[in-house]
Order: sequence, then structure tokens, then C-alpha cells
Amino acid sequence: MNFPILSTLIFLPLISSFFILLSKDKTTNLSSISISLFSSIATFFLSLFLWYSLDINTSEFQFVEEKSWINNYIKFKLGVDGISILFIVLTTFITPICIISCINSVKVRVKEFLIAILILETFMIGVFCSLDLVIFYLFFEAGLIPMFLIIGVWGGPRRVYSAFKFFLFTLLGSVLMLVAIIVIYWLTGTTDITQIYEVQIPKEYQNILWLAFLSSFAVKMPMWPVHTWLPDAHVEAPTAGSVILAAILLKMAGYGFLRFSIPMFPIASEYFTPLIYTLSIIAIIYTSLVALMQDDMKKLIAYSSVAHMGYVTLGIFTLTKQGIEGSIYQMISHGLISAALFLCVGVVYDRLHSRMISTYGGLVNYIPKYSFLFLIFALAALGLPGTSGFLGEFLVLAGAFQKSFLAAMLATFGVVLGAAYMLWLTKRVIFGVTNNSEIKKIKDINKSEIVMLVTLAFFILFFGFYPIPLMETFNVSVNSLINNYETALITN
Amino acid sequence: MFPEIFLSLSIFCILMVGVFIKKSFNLIFNLTSLIIIFTISIILTNSNNEERIFLDSFIRDPFSNYFKILILLSTLFVLNSSKNFIIDNKLDKFEYPIIILLSILGMFFMVSSNDLILFYLGLELQSLSLYILASIDRDNLRSTESGVKYFVLSALSSGLLLYGCSLLYGFTGSTNFELIAEQLNKENTGAVFAMVFILVGLAFKISAVPFHMWTPDVYEGAPTSITSFFAVVPKVAGLALLIKFMFVPFSNILLEWQTIIIFISIASMILGAVAAMIQKNFKRLLAYSSIGHIGYALAGVATGAISGYQSAIVYISIYVIMNIGAFSCLYLLKKDGQYKENISDLSGISKKHPLLAISLLIILFSLAGVPPLGGFFAKFYVFVAVLEKEMYALAIIGLITTVMSAFYYLKIIKTIYFDDSINTFEPTKNRTAQFSVIASCTILITFFLYPSILNNLVDTLFVS
Repeated sequence: MNFPILSTLIFLPLISSFFILLSKDKTTNLSSISISLFSSIATFFLSLFLWYSLDINTSEFQFVEEKSWINNYIKFKLGVDGISILFIVLTTFITPICIISCINSVKVRVKEFLIAILILETFMIGVFCSLDLVIFYLFFEAGLIPMFLIIGVWGGPRRVYSAFKFFLFTLLGSVLMLVAIIVIYWLTGTTDITQIYEVQIPKEYQNILWLAFLSSFAVKMPMWPVHTWLPDAHVEAPTAGSVILAAILLKMAGYGFLRFSIPMFPIASEYFTPLIYTLSIIAIIYTSLVALMQDDMKKLIAYSSVAHMGYVTLGIFTLTKQGIEGSIYQMISHGLISAALFLCVGVVYDRLHSRMISTYGGLVNYIPKYSFLFLIFALAALGLPGTSGFLGEFLVLAGAFQKSFLAAMLATFGVVLGAAYMLWLTKRVIFGVTNNSEIKKIKDINKSEIVMLVTLAFFILFFGFYPIPLMETFNVSVNSLINNYETALITN
Repeated sequence: MFPEIFLSLSIFCILMVGVFIKKSFNLIFNLTSLIIIFTISIILTNSNNEERIFLDSFIRDPFSNYFKILILLSTLFVLNSSKNFIIDNKLDKFEYPIIILLSILGMFFMVSSNDLILFYLGLELQSLSLYILASIDRDNLRSTESGVKYFVLSALSSGLLLYGCSLLYGFTGSTNFELIAEQLNKENTGAVFAMVFILVGLAFKISAVPFHMWTPDVYEGAPTSITSFFAVVPKVAGLALLIKFMFVPFSNILLEWQTIIIFISIASMILGAVAAMIQKNFKRLLAYSSIGHIGYALAGVATGAISGYQSAIVYISIYVIMNIGAFSCLYLLKKDGQYKENISDLSGISKKHPLLAISLLIILFSLAGVPPLGGFFAKFYVFVAVLEKEMYALAIIGLITTVMSAFYYLKIIKTIYFDDSINTFEPTKNRTAQFSVIASCTILITFFLYPSILNNLVDTLFVS
């Protein structure tokens, strides 16, 4: 295919952000909102077209674009396979929702906010498309700039602390990855990952390089004990920022494990499995317990994200078909569910300007539509069968039982804890007694909020009952991932 | 024709113009810009082959041509964007541009020299001009202080340098770089001593730790227009000279000087990152940040390989672009007839001056080395070269100091974007400064499209 569809996909949001910069509306911001909405929806359809035209019966990278970039030895190489396409579609799907959400929640400097979101979208799509380590690093890090500004400019009262913590934690994690990338370049003579897959990286280097990659991915994931930036960032970020952070930025690390750590360092991945199991189990149980004790809704959901990401790392490093498929499914479904939950918090925050659980109570009596949707999302988050959350966790646990009974058992215990904090949150916010007189005056969700939340609820339920479209897409790619991993282990 | 001849002749001519025509600052300033442009075109039209004159003591080759053009271009931008500042601060003496041209002449001799004596003469011509420039605002206490401070310390370092040169001559019996290189070897302990003295002198000129003490005071005390010149042009020449010394005369005692450069590099990176965190004055902060940046460039030099030198040259070129942008922003911060230079004065300017704010944002993130901006590629090339030589500790320390220094750049961005607005600056008439800022930002943003454009240029410099 000659048309550079992936480059178009990446740079379309960036180009439209220039148009927003040039648009001249002072008071209503109508034209900036419509431009950004239009371009992000166009990007979404383009990515759907990409998904549609992707050949899912092969694990080869498709729509590959290659240009010489740095002195002919580092190429600007893009491509997608069955795994990355889902993350691209998730990104392009969440972005318009964020833009709709900022109609209600962003009051100042709307134009700049939209530009930041669109530039961020460019970098996020770039991360999932890149087939070259340097390009990947470039996009991975570049996303920090718009996110730093989104938290810092439009965030809550402690935004400066949170933005700094977010930026410096992530940067510190990823500089070691940069060292590892350059070392890989000198070992193999290339940074093109399809070529690195074929050249085995020497055994003695694998462990240290794997750890360098882990330092970046663990911060981004986030894994215990480097997860502390996430609750801060989530609490202070504006709604749209939290949504993007939870739904997409956290998935970059999981994607990174699948795309880089396992295929490039199979021996090290095998060697460090116990470490990942331990960290994942601690993340699942410890952060679930922490989530139980939160009195801030956003913080609770943030901690639940850490726990959910624990399942993802656990599933990936079971290195079984079920485990990896479950992890990918869990990432997609968590992308939808956490986005929906943060939007729900944003909805009530816009009305009462409080994220404290104690402010609310008995919402079901006053805003039934909202409460109904909230209930769906809460149940999906705890993994109720019939929602997309169930399938991911189930597959991860099925994979984990094959490898380590203890880890699987402890992770299952985490499911119970997850149900506990989500149900307790629902009980305190949606049901219960209304103590706050302001709640009686609260308005139910308006049209744009219904559009966002119902769309998300639809997909959460749809993928809960009918997972085939997702499963089929990544099936072949996951199979070849595991095959390559096993052959690499045998040959060594 | 040699550009040096044209440059010296034209300096004499405009000196005469200045002496005989009253109130000739504007005329001389414009003539200076013209001379610079002419000199650039002379260099560009000359053949790129190596030529030697004066018994091999003066070389014209691609290496020196590249640095000459870099020096001239950066001077052109620095000078022109500071014109309004010079006039507003009553620094419009006709000597000002002439002295700058004289220092450029000195730098030309530095980068072209192949002989200890010629190199020292060039260095002194440059230094003497810089002493005058540092104290050009002679009625201002701080400017005078910075001039005196710079003069005393720099004279000391020149003395050390000269002592090193004489030792080197004594132990090798020659002042020619190539002949010295033939004579030098590890057994020649005296020459290693000389090398240390010369390194100290050069490290002082590029303000690398532990010879950096003058930098913050001079940067803060001197008028901004001079500071921006100090921050950019002499560093380019100094680094060129350092690379030249490493490449030609000291190439045989690589292990001996490598250790020293690694130490200087690490110390500069750490001090640049730590000391800048508490600064309140923007110029002082840029002084520490420039110390840190020199540390990264030296990390490239420390590899002792041609790829390392090339990465250092790419680094210093991108550093020049970023610093011209950063200083040009300072010329736009004019309020009530005064130029503001404290970081707190930038508070909340994103609301009233969105374009200035976004330019500073780009420049600062680029200085911090965040992709996809130009500053990232500068660091990337350096670390590629460093890791090629398997100097893992240097690379990791360098990258960790990058994170530390990101902190203070973020602090400025925080002031610009997150804090409340307190200042409204006058709408500026300084079009050249605006142009410099926009040009610098455009280069930094679009650099990722052709990131090897500088590498291809620099690749040709080390053919010999």
C-alpha cells in the first residue's frame, strides 16, 4: 500500500491543532471545539478503516512505512499488527470523548487545552505505531510535555506538585531505557525491532537491558512500588486528563512489555518472572487495600487502576496464551471502564466541586440516569460477568493457574477486594442517606454527558458479551509472540 | 582570500569611521552586520580544501570553516537581536561592535591555529576583547565588578595556559601541533604535565567545573547583550580549540587526558544541574545551565573518538541555537523602560503573552532535552558516542543529571504557565529579537524531521 496511512493517522491531530491555533474565537470557543471534534472523529474513523483492512491472519507488521531518518542507520519505521491496532483504536476512540467532556468541565483556556489533547493524541498513536526503538522512545517521552501542561495548567489545587512528580518520575524511569536502547544499537547495529527480533541479543546482556526497560515501564504502568505518582496525578488532573492518563498512557507500558521486553529478551523475561509475579501480587492486594481506605473518589479509582494493572503484568508474564490475551483484553476494557469512571467523577465534580465520597450519598434519588450508568461502570470495574472487565481478569487468572498456583490464588483474593471497594464506593455515593442539602438541587446528566457515558457503557457491555472481534484481531499475533518466545528459550 | 585578512582590514576601516564620524553607532552597527555577512560569504565561496600558510602554523580546513561560520552566524543573531537593548541601556558606543569583531578575529585564529604561539595570540586577542566587553557598562557597579573579576581570573588561567605551552615546547622541542604529536608519548611525563596546564586554561575559557567560578557573576553582572555573547560565541571557539588539542597534539596520550575530561564533564553536569535549582535570576540560571551543557559536550569529547568529537560539535551547535533563543526572549521582557531578568517576573505571562510563553516553553523543554525537540537529539548523539566506547557510568550519570536539570527548567515553565499573571510587558518593537526567537523555536521543533542534517555536515570535518 502506497498511501502512508499510519503517518496520516499520526499527524492528522497535530495538523488540526494548527488550525485551532489559527482559529479566532474569543468567547465561545465553538470553532476550536468543532475543529478538534471533527478531526478526532475523522482520526477515529481512519483507525477503524485501518482495523477493517488489517489482515488478521498474519502476525507480520502491516502498512509498514520506512524512511531513512538519522544517517540511514536509524529509520523512521511505522507498522501495525493485531496487538497494536487495538490500542490505536482505543486511543482514537477515547480522544473525542475527552474533547466532549471538556465542553462541560474546562472553563479557562479551552483552545490551548484542545491543542494539548490533540498533540498528545499524536504522540500516543505514534507510540503504538512505531517499529523502531528510537522513534518509540521519542513518542513515549514527548507525551510528557502536553500531559505536564494539562495537569499543571488545568489541574486542582496541588497541581504543581503532581505535575512535577509525574514528569520527573517518568523521565527518570525512561532515561535508563534510553541507555538500553543505545546499547542495543551498538550490540545489534540496528534499532529496527523487526531486525532485532531476528538477531538474538547476547545472553549476558539480556538481564541488565531487561531491567533498564522495566525501570521505564514499571513507572509508566505503574507497578508497585513506583506507583505513587499516579494517585497524585489523577487527583489533580482535570477530568479529560485523568481519562487519557488512565485509559491510554498506562497502556503504553503494557504494550511495551509485549512489543519489546518479551520478544527482545526472552531469556531475561523467563528469568525475572518471579519478580514480576511478586510485584504484581503486591500491587493487586496492597493497592486494593489502600483503595478501600480512600475518601477521595478519584484517588480510589486511581488505586484501583494500579490494582488492575497488576493483573495485566501478571497476565503478560505468565507467558501463556490465556494470560497474554487476558492482559490485552484487560487493558482495552480497563481503558473503557476507567475512562468511564473518571468521567462519572468529573460529572458530579462539575456540579458540586467536590471529589470527597462523604459529600455524596443517595444520588440515585435525585439523578437516576447518572446513577444507573455509574452502577454499570462500577460493576464492570469489579469484573462482573457480562461486562468486559470480567473476561480480562478471568483469562489472566486462567493463565496464572497454569504457571503458579500461589500467585493465581492471591490474585483471586484481589478480585474479592476489588469487589469490596467498588461496591462500597457505590453504596456510599449512589445509595445511602443524603446528608448534603446541595445534592437535592443537583441536575442530572445533560446531552453531551449522555453521549459520552452511554457510548462507553455500550462498548463495555458489548465486549462483555461478544469478545470475538477483539480476540480474533490479536489471536494470531499473540500466538506468534508465544511461539517465538518458546523457540528462543529452546535454542538457548 | 583568507577571511581573516578581510576581517582585520574592515575592522581598521570602521574604527576610522567611528573615530571621525560623530554619533556613528548605528552606522557602525549596520556595517558590522554587513562585514559579518561578507565574511560568511567569503568562507563559503572559498574551496573546502585544506590550505596551510606561515610554515604550517595556520590551517584553513573544513573543521575551522565550520566553526568560523558557526561563530559568525551566532554573532550576527546575538548582535542584531540585542540592538534595541543596547540603545535602551545607553551602551551604544561605537566601540561595542568593533570590539566584538576583534574578539571574533581572535577566535578565528584560535580555531585555525596549528601552532602554540599563534593559538595563544588568538586566545589573548579574544580574551582582551572580552574583558572590555564585560565591563562596557562602566558606570554600572556590577558590570565593572564582573569585568574585573573576569579579567583577574582569566589572566590567571592564561598564565597557566602559557606555562603549559612553554613546558610543552621544552619537552617536545616544537610549537607546531603535528610535530608535538609525533614527540609525545606516555613516557614523556613533563609533557603530560603541560597537557594538564593547557587543559586547565581551556576549561576556564569554556567555564567547565572546577574552573567555572567566574561564570555566574559575569553572566549576571554584565549587560544582557554581552551575556548572550559570552554564553554562545566564546564557548564555541573554546570547545573547537579543545577538540583540536585532543585531536592533534595530544592524540597519543589519550588515556592520560581522558580521565581528566571525564572528571570535568561529570563535575560540570552535576554542578550545572544542582546549582541552577536555587537560582532566581534568569541570567544566572542560564549561566549554570550553560555549565551543565558544556559538561554534556565534554562527555562527547571524553570518548576520545572521532564520533565523540562530532557529537560534541553537534551538541554545541544546537546549544547555540537554544541559547540565542533563550536570550532573545530576555530582550522582549521590557516593562517601564526596564528589562526584567528575574524568573519571578515571568509569572503567568502565558495569559498576556501567549506566543512568548510558548516560545520559552519550547526552548526550555529543548534545553532540558525532552524529545522531540532539538535538544534531545543533541544529547542523544552524545550518549550514542559515549556508549559506543562502553562508558556506561558517564552515560548514566549524564542522563540522571538530565532529569535533575529538568527540574529547574520545569520550575520556570511552572512560573510561566501555572502561576498568576503579574506583569504585562510593553509590546515590543524589537523585530530582530522576535525573529531570533521564532527562528530558534522553528529549528528546534522541526529538527526531528531531518535529525541528521547537522551530522552530515559534521561528518566531513574530520577527513584528515
